[in-house]
Amino acid sequence: MAINTRTAPFTAPGRLALLRVSGFPIIPAAILVGIAFVAIFAEFIAPNNPEIGTLGDRFRPPFWQAGGSDAHLLGTDHLGRDVLSRLIFGARVSMIVGITAVLIAGVTGTVLGIISGYLGGWVDQAIMRLTDTWLALPALTFAIFLAAVVGPSELNIIVILGLVYWTRYARVIRGEVLSLKEREFVRLAIVAGCSKRTIMIKHILPNVINSAIVLATLMIGVVIISEASLSFLGVGVPPPKPAWGLMLADGKKGMMAGYWWLTVLPGCCIMLMVLSANLLGDWLRVKLDPQLRQL
Amino acid sequence: MRRYIIRRLGYSVISLVLLSLTIFFFVRVTGDPAVLLVEPGASKADLDQIRQQFGLDRPLFVQYGHFVSALVRGDFGQSFYYRTPVLELYLSRLPNSLMLAAAAMALSLLIGIPSGILAAVNVNGWWDRIGKIFSLLGLSLPSFWVGLVMILFFSVYLGWLPSSGAGTISHMIMPAFALGWFFAAAHMRMTRSSMLEVMGSEYVKLARLKGLPERMVITKHAFKNALIPVLTLAGINLVIMVNVAVVVETVFAWPGIGRLLYEGVAFRDFPVVQATVLLSGVMVVVVNLLVDILYAVIDPRIRLER
Repeated sequence: MAINTRTAPFTAPGRLALLRVSGFPIIPAAILVGIAFVAIFAEFIAPNNPEIGTLGDRFRPPFWQAGGSDAHLLGTDHLGRDVLSRLIFGARVSMIVGITAVLIAGVTGTVLGIISGYLGGWVDQAIMRLTDTWLALPALTFAIFLAAVVGPSELNIIVILGLVYWTRYARVIRGEVLSLKEREFVRLAIVAGCSKRTIMIKHILPNVINSAIVLATLMIGVVIISEASLSFLGVGVPPPKPAWGLMLADGKKGMMAGYWWLTVLPGCCIMLMVLSANLLGDWLRVKLDPQLRQL
Repeated sequence: MRRYIIRRLGYSVISLVLLSLTIFFFVRVTGDPAVLLVEPGASKADLDQIRQQFGLDRPLFVQYGHFVSALVRGDFGQSFYYRTPVLELYLSRLPNSLMLAAAAMALSLLIGIPSGILAAVNVNGWWDRIGKIFSLLGLSLPSFWVGLVMILFFSVYLGWLPSSGAGTISHMIMPAFALGWFFAAAHMRMTRSSMLEVMGSEYVKLARLKGLPERMVITKHAFKNALIPVLTLAGINLVIMVNVAVVVETVFAWPGIGRLLYEGVAFRDFPVVQATVLLSGVMVVVVNLLVDILYAVIDPRIRLER
């Protein structure tokens, strides 16, 4: 293999080779794949039902501590539910909320950013004033308000987080479009008689998609932390569904008695996932989008 | 200068109008606003009375007019739970929030600025690497979890610090740290990049040519100039801190506006929730305006632009 690449230096490296040379963050990627795997196959991996516990088994510690058992490897919570199983199903909630909310924010923000940047004029003014105003509202406060208005549910949380975070996309994408607009290929397309719609879809969109992807990976961490915060405050994913933020809120009940596993473990899961997403996003940023490097 | 300020003022007024429209829109359009505006457990007659009082059967723009005129008069409604005007409640909690934010800011600058300088002075050295890991952790750890783990360690196991409440300095240490942690990372990165920029400038080169010892160059010439963008960021962050402290204040039962918002949600006290959100937005809009005007006063390039 190695000799092969050296004797043929002029062939373009395949995609995988590219990943290998440039310090691809293999551990964070593996962690994310692992979490995704656990989230998808939660039913088959989790040893117990995450939503039903035995009250007789309340506050059991993890297996290595005195009083712990193999039946509940990572202990149980205040209702006797298996912590490991709840963590596993919690990965699914975080993944679904994180990915869909970022998708909603990304698509909305990218579309509005392109329209605003390309069309200019009063459309631009209208979209940008709205963006500025919504950016002025602290994201979490705004999300709490929306959740208080529409009521908590998993779907509502996804829509709310999408609504709260699209403004960041719109800002960045609009800035890129403003500079793309002046480039030769766009001017040529105008001369060639392309309609505004065609130019936006065929010529502008492909050129901002890299930035959108980088923003998305960096945003996933923010969204997951927001979801956990909302669930922790009781306006996110409603109980008894296992979400990591909700587990932390429940864990607070046992904290004063020293039941550390209910507080430490869900937080570690959030940290692991967010840290991995950020590391991957950082690498992508340098790789795909030199313009965003100083972001 | 005057034209710049007037235009900037205009933008802020538009922002405030859009802000009130946003809040108004979400309350009226998603479901029955009477259900939100009435106390939990109210009767059918109460609901009807609320509809009358707020004119919910009238056209939307009339309703919006009422909504805004009440806000302008400083009437944010009455809290269901505390039975006092919401504005009064908010203002009574604000000093606590400001105090916590000031403490968190001091902490974040104490950590962020020295570590940022150390990172900039030896780029890619081990200090720089530690700094990078530190700032990544700052971004990836939810602040409320940092708070919870600190309570577990310092209050439950060691018994050194009180786990909740306010009043003494020792009550403030953990919430300030939990809140300041994230911002310390941001300030570190800002200090680092700002220092790097200044270190490459002509006047620093001149100072070195004069034969000043490196320590003098860094402390006397580079540091002072590098500090300006960091302090600007810190000023804006102080406002953000006041408004993002919801979760940290909830964890430590700190009686600030974040905790007020949480209580509003938990007790289904909708006027409180609505007012807190509105006032958060107003605070940010006003501070942004002040920062922009201050910039223009200091830097003529900005006010003459366009």
